[in-house]
Amino acid sequence: MIGMRWVLVGIIACCNTVGDVLNTAGMKRQGELEEFSPRAVGRMVWGIFRNPLVMGGIAALAVSFFALLSLLSIANVSFAVPATAISYVLETFLARHVLKEDVGRRRWAAATLVACGVALLQW
Amino acid sequence: MSRESSLHRRRNQLLILVVVLSNVIGNVALSHGMRQTGSIVSASPLDYVRAFAKPWTVAGVLVLVIWMVSDLALLSRADLSFVLPVTASAYVLIAIAGHFWLGERISAVRWLGILAITFGVVLAEETPSRTTEAPPPEHLP
Repeated sequence: MIGMRWVLVGIIACCNTVGDVLNTAGMKRQGELEEFSPRAVGRMVWGIFRNPLVMGGIAALAVSFFALLSLLSIANVSFAVPATAISYVLETFLARHVLKEDVGRRRWAAATLVACGVALLQW
Repeated sequence: MSRESSLHRRRNQLLILVVVLSNVIGNVALSHGMRQTGSIVSASPLDYVRAFAKPWTVAGVLVLVIWMVSDLALLSRADLSFVLPVTASAYVLIAIAGHFWLGERISAVRWLGILAITFGVVLAEETPSRTTEAPPPEHLP
């Protein structure tokens, strides 16, 4: 069961990373949600169903979600959630190199601090 | 990098609040429901359907749908490298809620983790929320 835990952690981290990058790329293409009226949110949700990047991202997050369900059934939440800390660094790397975001020193420091902090929460 | 308007910033902060709260409530409800279900490590969808018979699991999933929609709305307005650290404040809330409401013990190392996440959130909050207009098509996955 201990080996299976880490296999599930690997699946969760990879699928989370791919899902978040696809979702960000898709939502930037779809355009910014400028107002929060029910009509605008409904339009955004309708647009999501016709957006292949976001649908791909949601599919990856769904795989991650089911892996998390499995992990939560064999491990405590205090193991399950912190073990995925590595995805913060992976996603920041991909945000810089794939999404071409301006990731300065502050953002790198923020991502590193959060990843370390999340890992420390296991103890 | 242009300076963000205060309205844009306030709306982002509102979305961040919804993302963080729905993440915390959804995960706690889901965790509670999964503990009632028992062990599931299976490729069979039926085993997962069994988990959805628990009201806490259903409630957790419904709240996580709100999290998904609000997170996508935030990603349409802000960078991924901004959203990730800022929404990590959910971890701090879970730990502090567990300490004060459920009487869970937080070790010195866990307090250090909470402190590190808090510094990370503050550092990210000081950067502009968006640095790109739209990703160039040739760089899209």
